Amino acid sequence: MTDDQGYDLSQFKATYFEECAELLATAEETIARLQDGMAGDDDLNAVFRCVHSIKGGAGAFAFDDLVHFAHVFETALDALRSGRAELSPQVADILVRGTDVLGDFVRAAQDGSTLEADHGSDVLAHLNALIGGGAPVAAKPAAAKPAAPAAAPVTHAVWRIVFTPRPGMLRTGNDPLLMIRELETLGTLTIQADTAHLPALGDMDPAESYLSWTFTLVTDKGRAAIDEVFEFVAGDSADVGIEPAGEEGEGWGLFEAAPAAAPAPPSGGEEGDGWGLFEPAPAAAPSAAPQAAAPKPATAPTAAQQAAGGGTGVHTASIRVDLDKIDRLVNMVGELVITQAMLGQQASGFTVESHPELIQGLQELSHHTRELQESVMAIRAQPVKALFSKAPRLVRDLSSKLAKQAKLVMSGENTEVDKTVIEQLSDPMTHLIRNALDHGIETPEERMAVGKPAEGTIHLGAEHRSGRIIIEITDDGRGINRARVLEKAIEKGLVERGQQLTDEQIDMLIFAPGFSTAAEVSDVSGRGVGMDVVRKNIQDVGGRVVVQSTPGAGSRFILSLPLTLAVMDGMLVAVGNERYVLPLTNIVESFRPTAQQARSLVDVGDVLTLRGQYIRLLPLHGIFGIRGAITDVTRGLVVVVETEGGDRIGLLVDELLGQQQVVIKSLDSNYRPVEGISAATILGDGRVALILDVSALRHMAGLAAEAAMAAQ
Amino acid sequence: MGKCVLAVDDSKTMRDMVSFTLRGAGYTVVEAEHGVAALKVLQGQKVDVIITDVNMPEMDGITLVRKVRGLPTHAGTPILILTTESDQSKKDEGRAAGATGWIVKPFSPDKLLQIVAKVCP
Repeated sequence: MTDDQGYDLSQFKATYFEECAELLATAEETIARLQDGMAGDDDLNAVFRCVHSIKGGAGAFAFDDLVHFAHVFETALDALRSGRAELSPQVADILVRGTDVLGDFVRAAQDGSTLEADHGSDVLAHLNALIGGGAPVAAKPAAAKPAAPAAAPVTHAVWRIVFTPRPGMLRTGNDPLLMIRELETLGTLTIQADTAHLPALGDMDPAESYLSWTFTLVTDKGRAAIDEVFEFVAGDSADVGIEPAGEEGEGWGLFEAAPAAAPAPPSGGEEGDGWGLFEPAPAAAPSAAPQAAAPKPATAPTAAQQAAGGGTGVHTASIRVDLDKIDRLVNMVGELVITQAMLGQQASGFTVESHPELIQGLQELSHHTRELQESVMAIRAQPVKALFSKAPRLVRDLSSKLAKQAKLVMSGENTEVDKTVIEQLSDPMTHLIRNALDHGIETPEERMAVGKPAEGTIHLGAEHRSGRIIIEITDDGRGINRARVLEKAIEKGLVERGQQLTDEQIDMLIFAPGFSTAAEVSDVSGRGVGMDVVRKNIQDVGGRVVVQSTPGAGSRFILSLPLTLAVMDGMLVAVGNERYVLPLTNIVESFRPTAQQARSLVDVGDVLTLRGQYIRLLPLHGIFGIRGAITDVTRGLVVVVETEGGDRIGLLVDELLGQQQVVIKSLDSNYRPVEGISAATILGDGRVALILDVSALRHMAGLAAEAAMAAQ
Repeated sequence: MGKCVLAVDDSKTMRDMVSFTLRGAGYTVVEAEHGVAALKVLQGQKVDVIITDVNMPEMDGITLVRKVRGLPTHAGTPILILTTESDQSKKDEGRAAGATGWIVKPFSPDKLLQIVAKVCP
C-alpha cells in the first residue's frame, strides 16, 4: 500500500507496534479482571477495542496473518459482549491464550519472522466455537479472511427510485410486484412503501393501485438497466423518478448527497471503490450554511475563548517522545547540575554582605536546578504497575501448575521509578515470585495441617523510602529452611563446617553464586538461573536485595533501588591528589588498621585481619600508580567493600572526603572502557573523578596475585 | 488556506496515517482520540470535514455523528465514518445518524484524498 508520492507506511510502524504493546497489556490486564469475575460490560468492550485497534493497524500494513487471527478473536469477543456466548472461566482462559497468540503474531509482524502455519490453531478453534455458539468449527475458516473484501473493482452506484403508479396502471397489465422482483435481480434493493393513500378496505377498488414506493438500489448495472424495468410504465401509467443516490465501491461508500457540498449536486450520493456517500443528511438543508458562517453572537465569544484556550490542544493528555531525546535532556541537566555546583564553589569566598545579588542569584540557581533535575528525572519515571501487571497471571498459572492455592495482593502500584530500572527488574521479579510459589507457599494440605488457611498469600508492595524505591515480595509460606541451606552451603564449600553464622547470614547464603544449581531447581523455578543472578541483576541497577524469613511464617524479599540510574550515591575518597568515587551500595565499613591487623602473606599479598577473618588489602595507589599517596596502612584508611559475588576486600585510601550524589558519565561512550572503573563523574570544582567498579578491582587483584605466584 | 479536517480515532496509528496523508495534500488536520474529545474540538473551531472511527472509548463514532448533527456550527459538515470491512449494519447506523459516507479501513492514501475531495470540493 504505497503510492507514487513516496507515501511510506513504515514510518507509522514504530507507532503501531508501540501501540500494540500497550493494547496487549491493557487487554491482558482487563482479561485478568474478567477471570477474577470483577469485570463489567465495559471491560469486554475494552478488550474488544484493543483487539479491534490492533486489527485495524495490521490491515493497513497488510500483516495478513495478524489480521486473520485478530478478526476471529474480535468476532468471538463480539459474540461475548452481545451475549451470544457466555463468559465462563474456561472462556476467560481462552481469551488469555488468545491474547498470547495475538502477541505472537504482533511480534512476528514486528521482526518480520514467520510463525508456523498452524500457530495458535487450537486457540483459533476455541474462538470459532465461541462465535458458532458452541460446537467447535474448522480451525481455519476461509470465510474469516477479512483482509481484502473480494476484489470487485467495479463501481456500484446507489440509485434512489421513486415509483408512483398512476391510477389505472394495473389495468395496463403492469404489476408492480414484477417490477420489484426485476429490480431485485439488479443488485441490493431496499424498499420503502408509502401507504399514505391507502383507503379503508371498504372503499378499495381492487383494480386501482394506491401504493407508491421508494427504492434504494445498489447496483453495478447502470442507469439503462433500471430504465428498462420501468420501460413500459414510465411517463404513461406511472411516475418514475430515478436519481443516483450514492456511490459505493470496494471499501468505501458515499451516502446520498454530500451535505456540505454547498449547492447540493443533483446526484443523491455515490459509492466507489472502498467508500460511499449517504443520502443527504437530514440537517443538510441549505439553512445550515448561513448559520455556520455567522454563529449567533451569544456563542461567538465562547468559541473564540475556547479556540484561544487551546481548542486544538484538548485532544492529547500525553505525547510520545523518543527515549534518546529524554536521555539527552537528562544528560544536559546533569551538566547543569555540575556547572551550578562549580559556580557555588567558586563563589564560596563571597559573602552576602559583599555580593548580596550574586549570592541570592546563586541560591535561586541552585534551587531551580534541583527542581529542574527532579522534573526531568520524573519524565523517565513510570509506575511500577507495568512491572506488577505480569504478576497476577504468573501466580494464577503457577499455582494451578503446582496444585497450590495462592492469592496475590498488591500495593503501591503507582509508585514511580526510572524506566530502565523497571526493565531491569522484570526478570528478577518473575524469579522471586516463582520462588515464593514454588519453595515458599506450601500445598493446601500442608497449610491446613499447620493451621494456616489453604490459600497462601503473596504480597507485592512498592513504596518510596528515603530517596529510594523499596519493592517487597512477601509470602506466608514455610520460610527458609536454615538447616538445609547451611547444609547445602557447606556441601558446596561456600562456608566451613563449624563456622558460626547468624540467621541473617544463613538466609543471605541463598544469594551466593553457585548455591542453587540447575540440577535441583524444579521445572517451575528452574531455567537454570540462581538467586545470585537475581542479585546481580538488581545490583546492576544500583540496587540491593535482602531477605527476611521466619520459619513457618514466610519470607520477605526486600529490593531497594535507586530512583534513577543517572545519579548515584557515592563516597568520595582521596588517594594522593586523585579523587575516586565508591558506590555507596558497595561499602560495608571503614577503619584505620593497627599494625597488628596488617600482615603480608607471601602467596596472596597484603591481608588484614578483621574480627578474626582475613580480608585481602588492595592499595588503590598501587593499582592506579599514584604517587604521593599514603602507603603505610596504619596511617591511611581502609574501606571494606563487598563485591557482587559477596567477597569482601579492603581498599587502602588516604581519606574519606564525604558522601555525595554524583551524576554518572559513561566512560565507554566518552572515552573507552577502563578496567576497574565503571564510569566517571564531574565534581563541583570541575575535576573529573572516576567511579570504581569494585568487582572488577577484586578480579584485577586476583590476577595480580596469581601473576606474583607464577613469577615465584 | 487549507481546509481543516478533524480526524477522530482512538488508535494513534490510524490518526497518524490520516493526518499524514491529508497534511501532505495541504489540509490542516486536528486530531481527537474519541467522540468526547472531538466535540470539544468542535466547540472551539470550525472544521470542514470530519473523519471518525466507529469503535472508540468514551463516545463512539455513531453517537458522535448524531451529536455533531445537533451542533448549529457543524450540522452540515460532511462526516465520513471509518469502518472495518464492509459491515453493513455499521453503515446503516451511520447513515441513520446522518453521516455523509463511509470508508473501509485499511484505506489507501489516494482513496482517502479522493473521497475527502469529493465531499469537500
